[in-house]
Amino acid sequence: MIAVIDNGICNLRSVTKALEAVGAQVRVVQTPVELASSGAQGLVLPGVGALRDCVASLRATGLAESVRDWISADRPFLGVCLGMQALFDHSEEGAAGGTAGLGIFPGRVVRFQRASEYKIPHMGWNTVRFTHPESPLRDGLDLDGESFYFVHSFHCVPADPALVLGECDYGGVFTAAIGRGRCFATQFHPEKSQSKGLRIYRNFATIAASVKVG
Amino acid sequence: MLSRRVIPCLDVHAGRVVKGIKFLELRDAGDPVESAKAYDAQGADELVFLDITASSDGRGIMHDVVARTAEQCFMPLTVGGGLRTVADIEAMLKSGADKVSINTAAIKDPQLIRSASDRFGAQCIVLAIDAKREPDGHSWRVYTHGGRNRTELDAVKWAEEAVRLGAGEILLTSMDADGTLAGFDCPLTRAVSDAVSVPVIASGGAGKLDHFAEVIHTGHASAVLAASLFHFGTLTVSQVKNHLASVGIPVRH
Repeated sequence: MIAVIDNGICNLRSVTKALEAVGAQVRVVQTPVELASSGAQGLVLPGVGALRDCVASLRATGLAESVRDWISADRPFLGVCLGMQALFDHSEEGAAGGTAGLGIFPGRVVRFQRASEYKIPHMGWNTVRFTHPESPLRDGLDLDGESFYFVHSFHCVPADPALVLGECDYGGVFTAAIGRGRCFATQFHPEKSQSKGLRIYRNFATIAASVKVG
Repeated sequence: MLSRRVIPCLDVHAGRVVKGIKFLELRDAGDPVESAKAYDAQGADELVFLDITASSDGRGIMHDVVARTAEQCFMPLTVGGGLRTVADIEAMLKSGADKVSINTAAIKDPQLIRSASDRFGAQCIVLAIDAKREPDGHSWRVYTHGGRNRTELDAVKWAEEAVRLGAGEILLTSMDADGTLAGFDCPLTRAVSDAVSVPVIASGGAGKLDHFAEVIHTGHASAVLAASLFHFGTLTVSQVKNHLASVGIPVRH
């Protein structure tokens, strides 16, 4: 069972359908109680839209603490796009001083600063180089050159370079995925990345299935 | 390296795929979900559904089409046509669209772009511009209603304004080129693309493989869109991508 957080600001259908397509059972959760009673082995935090809404919603429901506890217990976690950016201390996104994140990992989320020929948002298919070849999240994927779908104007800068699981080049290298223990997050959208993206969900579901709930 | 995107567009009327030649003659041909799956299999990088249903009654069908497509195609889906309010946009995103394109409604109320972008993020707000070349030969006017209604807006200035308001992408259709198969309007595409910071999708006029490379090279398009060319099988998405790769343009394989 994989729980998917519904923070009310984005469509979850593509994420839940992608998980179902790889054979996972999915439960959408909106509160810590629903998460606790789901019996989920894995937790997915998707996100599109505005980071401040995403973080505010997680705080309002109490799921912010659930996510923090989940990750600190090294239970399988997958953040997607904003669900990755929300894990860091601070983002430049938003008015006046930016947005405070959940602060689970030290680091910042910054706006792309690129030459004018690089259109922002970074939108479309770009290739990822995995920097942790042994990561179970990249099982069955090429180390360098698989294409995934990105759409974002901000990117994560982890304080600890060892957190980086994958890199992407868009007028300069940026962090495309992070991983530590059983916690993973991708800036790209695996649910929009056809078969290679489904492979990410399959790998995550396999990681989650290997964990006993108790 | 970021790939240039090849995007088939499906014009949908009352839940069925059509493609108007010069936006006027419609030919019914097919189920949108089946078409979407076929394009998915051909390696399309994204899909655009344009709802050309005139009546609001028929619009409900589009939500069903979008939902069924999003459940079967794990690729980005943009939906446009008839979206007038933030609530319309929200409903379409909830049905499974990743991006929405707005056109006439944004011209009537430019603040719609800002409201929608603030709420859902710039990345999912696509401004569609239908442009026609002015008699002076080097500027372009914005038109609505399939090219029938002329507005007071200059296409390049409108694109700049829309991006300032929060549009994350421009879907730019040349009404002069559309349906001619004679090639994209490269000067128009370049003028808009060079004026804005966001990606521009070039649309209208694709007739042969060279046209796609041309509008990327000289028009500075981030993505290329075609409808009838793909729909009637004149070219496949994979043929276009192979051609782009052969002339050194990065594409996803």
